[in-house]
Amino acid sequence: MYDSSDLRKGLKIAIDGEPYIITDFQFSKPGKGQALYKCKLKNMVTGYTVDRTYRSGDKFEPANLNEVHMQYLYRDNEGFHFMNTITYDQVTLTNDQVEEAKIFLLDNMEVDILFFQDTPIDITLPTFVELEVTESAPGVRGDTATGATKPVTLETGHEIQVPLFIKQGEILKIDTRTGEYVERAKK
Amino acid sequence: MLATRGGIIKDLRSFLSEQGFLEVQTPLMINAPVPEASIEAFSVFQGKGKPDLYLIPSPEINLKRLLAEGLDRIFQLGPVFRQEEQGSHHLPEFTILEWYRTGADYHDLMSDCEAIIEITARSAGWKDDSVTYKGIKINIKPTFPRITIKKVFEKYAGWTPGPAPDLDRFNQDMVTKIEPNLPPDRPVFLMDYPASCASLAKLKASDTEVAERVELYAGGLEIANGFSELTDHEEQEARFKKEAERRRKQGLRAYPRPEEFLLSLRGLPNCAGMALGIDRLVMLLTNASNINDVVAFPPEKIQPTAMP
Repeated sequence: MYDSSDLRKGLKIAIDGEPYIITDFQFSKPGKGQALYKCKLKNMVTGYTVDRTYRSGDKFEPANLNEVHMQYLYRDNEGFHFMNTITYDQVTLTNDQVEEAKIFLLDNMEVDILFFQDTPIDITLPTFVELEVTESAPGVRGDTATGATKPVTLETGHEIQVPLFIKQGEILKIDTRTGEYVERAKK
Repeated sequence: MLATRGGIIKDLRSFLSEQGFLEVQTPLMINAPVPEASIEAFSVFQGKGKPDLYLIPSPEINLKRLLAEGLDRIFQLGPVFRQEEQGSHHLPEFTILEWYRTGADYHDLMSDCEAIIEITARSAGWKDDSVTYKGIKINIKPTFPRITIKKVFEKYAGWTPGPAPDLDRFNQDMVTKIEPNLPPDRPVFLMDYPASCASLAKLKASDTEVAERVELYAGGLEIANGFSELTDHEEQEARFKKEAERRRKQGLRAYPRPEEFLLSLRGLPNCAGMALGIDRLVMLLTNASNINDVVAFPPEKIQPTAMP
């Protein structure tokens, strides 16, 4: 059970039995008035956003969610398929649910799948992934000291900006939170 | 930022002293805070068997005691403490400027505020009577618009608060319908609050449904709050009883009665006083969106209890 002082951005709570995540939060207290907690919440199943204002002393049930470590298998018309490597249970996430994650998603990658009851609703990639450069415009000349960058294509088909010295075939370490190049992966 | 903040405070002090205000330091620990239903004081443990003291949520009652003893223009600039207040505009320990003048009412306070905004904007390096906050240019040339609570509620919330509106509804609408609709390019005074929303303020002689209370807003920040002070000790005692009762109903702890303050009211001359949040003023003048960015250190994190 949470109370209003626990409210913050990113907290997941249940409203009418459905899981919501707080996407925007503001503590507010009009002069001489009681504390109010303004929240924007996103329904984690439907994606709909609602605005709610809560008062001091309000209580909240945590969203009934659990995260399961799974392996990415393949993609087909139905969506993205994942397998629990211990129980061999398989689940499918839709294109929408995988959203931004798919640009760094590679076969056999180990990820965390978020469940609401028995329904998979979201995916969390590892913080860092290592991906191969499959295409790099050759021979771009430039001043490497000033941090100039060029675009390369990764094995997932996604394009990112990297320093000029990166060549085709190299493995790059990428931060999935920012989507940015970190360094060349150590072999 | 700390240099700008220091400069603002320095110029504020010299302005007030030029205006004949005496800076005073009243105790930060008191035996009885004002019983307000929405402000929780921190208690201070004095030792076994002794009653707790309280950190001041505002220096108000001690400053009024000094006015009753004969001082006529005073200010205190320092820390105050309020439980459970933390957010992008709130700190549990923050810096307040409170100034009081005798023989004055809330109109004088509004003029003081206008002068303070002008002077401190200059110390923060702003020119041409304007300040840019969160990308919006705010014209700070006096006089700032003055809008009554009745009018602003009629316009943006679609109802007229009476002398004792449903406080839940009043506060919710204040935050969700009024504050977001205030003019973005001017500081503004909201004035004449419902009588029940100002337990230490004098009622307006021409309309006793409202109290002579004023709030200054700028850039979406609530900067200052003040009123023509209530000087009637019987009325004050009756209002404290009401507030204490509201606290009891909400399950909040009972505070001791502020006896010295109530006694001193018998000698309190006509006066007006304003409280201004220094941290929020600095936010406005340094274009900071989070109050943590204008203090030396954000509040200390709660440490896990030490192992026995």
